[in-house]
Amino acid sequence: MGMTHIVDRRLNGKNKSAVNRERFLRRYRHHIKKAVSDAVHRRSITDIERGENVSIPARDIDEPVFHHGQGGHREMVHPGNREFVAGDRLPKPDGGSGQGQGQGQASPDGEGMDEFAFQITQEEFLNFLFDDLELPNLVRKQLKDTESFTYVRSGFSTQGVPAKLDVVRSLRGAHARRLGLGGARKKKIRELEAQRADLLSAPAELDAAFSHEDQIKALEDEIARLKANVKRIPFIDEIDLRYRQHLKQPKPATSAVMFCLMDVSGSMTQMHKDTAKRFFLLLYLFLKKSYKKIDVVFIRHHTSAKEVDEEEFFYSRETGGTIVSSALKLMHKIIKSRYPPAEWNIYAAQASDGDNWNDDSPACGKLLTDSILPLVQYYAYVEITPQDHQMLWYEYERVQALFPESFALQQIADPGEIYPVFRRLFERKAA
Amino acid sequence: MSDVFDRPDAPGNTSPKPHEPISTGSEWTFELIRQYDEEIAKCAAEFRLDTYPNQVEVISAEQMMDAYSSVGMPVGYNHWSFGKQFLSTSKGYQRGQMGLAYELVINSNPCIAYLMEENTLPMQALVIAHACYGHNSFFKGNYLFRTWTDASAIIDYLVFARKYVSECEERYGVEAVEETLDSCHALMNYGVDRYKRPAPVSAHEEAHRQEEREEYLQRRVNDLWRTIPKMDGDEDPVTRKKRYPEEPQENLLYFIEKNAPLLETWQREIIRIVRKLAQYFYPQRQTQVMNEGWATFWHYTLLHRMYEKGLVTDGFMLEFLQSHTSVVYQPAFDSPWYSGINPYTLGFSIFTDLRRICEEPTGEDYEWFPDIAGTDWLETLHFAMANFKDESFIQQFLSPKVMRDLKLFAIEDDDLEDSYQITAIHDEPGYRELREKLARQYNLSYREPNIQVWSVDVRGDRSLTLRHVPVDRVPLGKDTEEVLRHAHRLWGFDVHLESVDDGDIVDEYHCPP
Repeated sequence: MGMTHIVDRRLNGKNKSAVNRERFLRRYRHHIKKAVSDAVHRRSITDIERGENVSIPARDIDEPVFHHGQGGHREMVHPGNREFVAGDRLPKPDGGSGQGQGQGQASPDGEGMDEFAFQITQEEFLNFLFDDLELPNLVRKQLKDTESFTYVRSGFSTQGVPAKLDVVRSLRGAHARRLGLGGARKKKIRELEAQRADLLSAPAELDAAFSHEDQIKALEDEIARLKANVKRIPFIDEIDLRYRQHLKQPKPATSAVMFCLMDVSGSMTQMHKDTAKRFFLLLYLFLKKSYKKIDVVFIRHHTSAKEVDEEEFFYSRETGGTIVSSALKLMHKIIKSRYPPAEWNIYAAQASDGDNWNDDSPACGKLLTDSILPLVQYYAYVEITPQDHQMLWYEYERVQALFPESFALQQIADPGEIYPVFRRLFERKAA
Repeated sequence: MSDVFDRPDAPGNTSPKPHEPISTGSEWTFELIRQYDEEIAKCAAEFRLDTYPNQVEVISAEQMMDAYSSVGMPVGYNHWSFGKQFLSTSKGYQRGQMGLAYELVINSNPCIAYLMEENTLPMQALVIAHACYGHNSFFKGNYLFRTWTDASAIIDYLVFARKYVSECEERYGVEAVEETLDSCHALMNYGVDRYKRPAPVSAHEEAHRQEEREEYLQRRVNDLWRTIPKMDGDEDPVTRKKRYPEEPQENLLYFIEKNAPLLETWQREIIRIVRKLAQYFYPQRQTQVMNEGWATFWHYTLLHRMYEKGLVTDGFMLEFLQSHTSVVYQPAFDSPWYSGINPYTLGFSIFTDLRRICEEPTGEDYEWFPDIAGTDWLETLHFAMANFKDESFIQQFLSPKVMRDLKLFAIEDDDLEDSYQITAIHDEPGYRELREKLARQYNLSYREPNIQVWSVDVRGDRSLTLRHVPVDRVPLGKDTEEVLRHAHRLWGFDVHLESVDDGDIVDEYHCPP
């Protein structure tokens, strides 16, 4: 009988399989990507933020080994006999010899299943979803552009304001200086005092000419002089003072604001809006992977624009005509008042069915080129319509020619196209 | 109540002393686990169970899934197939399909057993009895394990293997290593010396000899392939009598490791690692019925012994018996839950009946087991555990009573016949035949196709020919071509596989086709 050793391993890492799991996902990334892309089509808008069930044909992930096939002569022993006696004959089921079950070859996983199903987490889901996509102009805003700063420690300096005096460091310096300046003299003092003590304890010379008195006197004078010297070393001096130094560093903007602009005029049906919503959602999830903080501003418009909350944005109905420039104006105003471009990465997505007052479209183009696009990182326009383009589209095409880097437009005919379109819009640009 | 539980008893000591139960609740603590282990150890000693020292590790459900997916290796190299295993395990667990997560035990010295923190106290006691004293004593006592595995070295070897594989990944890339491992895994079951005792694994020696071996290996391979003109006048591959290898080789991986012309040295090392692991798992594959039966028999017996001593309560026993019953549940062949013979049931039934044959032999037992009927049961069980593997164990010890209890019957499926035939059932004329057939079913070489290295065209196109000898005309399955591709990847030149039945080639596979 051996001694038993009982160990609590519960606090040890539990993700020992993480690497293997990741290897598996990598190996079957094509299957998984397909499942993810199907899921984006299928899922309702509100539950995009969770994992996904993925099924892979079991055949594709089999680990092949040599094994017996069907046929030949075989015998198997089974339990649970009720009425059979030796010599009984049982008809074979139609369609060849032997069913899968009852063969000796039962795979260790039980009955052969056609699908290998498993779950991926939300994070993995998003990774696959955004795989190969690159955030446009993802490079944080150039440092020279930024106007926000942060102060970082950068060592110590000998000059500064009293408020930044580092007492400990200063005193430490002073101490070192005192040791440095006084040390040699103090040593000398000790030596002289030892000599003096020797002379004092030596037997007195009878001959006055050889008396030690003079020597002692000389020694004492020297000692006094040195001591005075040492005493003059200041406890703390100007040069001991140390000030904490801070450096002003430009702060890269790590927050983003996303403007969702949508036409809610009578011509936009709920189907249009759902499609738009998915597009906005994708953009939101996408930004979330890159920025710590994201504000979302919803602007809806028909003939006039209004900033609303999400609920109202997607679900309340309006009727009337369409003036797109109203939304662009409002967006510009909001940027000016709340989101200084120096501190915010600004993204905008606009969804519409393409309708606009014809007179208004040139105004939109001008607003975009002159005031908005210089401020934003990226502006994506999706037109949700199976029909031909109208005026606005052509106007926007001109804008795109001017801002090929930060402006994109695409047409979506049905919800199934969102993801491909989204991918096209955000495709990793070949370097 | 005590009527129900009072059957098993310790040798010679039948008057239990009244004891205080160790505990009454179902919550476990480390202190309680220690106390239970101590008492179980005392009971195990009464039954002369000889074990390696135990290391009991309490882990969480997630960790148990990790452990499951690395096929019970506490340290393993990384490979996607373990990830696949993990995904399917965790899915099964989340859906509540995985009932048996309570035990995992590793054949090592000390013997490592995992307890799940979710288990109740009776379950923990059951696992300790089952794994730490049942399996553990089997690992230490059974001849296959004694001959083929080295419990004291395995953990170190696994650490070595993991390190080596990850170094290879750094140097040669994850994909290249993965490909090699894939191919090795495909042939893993053919990486075993069935008859020759292998050298024990030793991580220390492996690391030490490694560089030496690298050089040596390459030289050896080169020797084989060096073209020596006019060796002994039989260079014509047709008339040449001397084959290479001279005898068919059963260990495909070993043969490839030593002879494949183009493999890099690190690839040969990886083959070697997979081969060593295959060898380590080989005894387990051959003793599943015995090993589980033995462990089940002992958790049953040891915990009943605890009950006799008054160390556990009636409530404890009820919970324990419920688990035990589900472990040894055997659905009938026509049940929707049927998935073959439950090794726990079969093994437990044989060991239990073996004890009965010793203690309360009937006329039938004297006739069937003249050597053991009425002998000392403990002696007999230890003997049976130590000296057999599943096939011979069943052949030797499956009694008519167990066949009757399980209502076993044999059914024949011949592709030349229009119907199945019942060839034997649990009756007087059938016992012997049934027993033979069941034993054969556990013969590994019957369960896996017999495939060996037949020849290498040393002076021609360097192709490798494997030979399959079918049993009862059973052909190879549908994975064959795929496996051959893996063999081809390792070998580097054409690979042929021929099924030869009675001197005739009945089937051929080629890669590339």
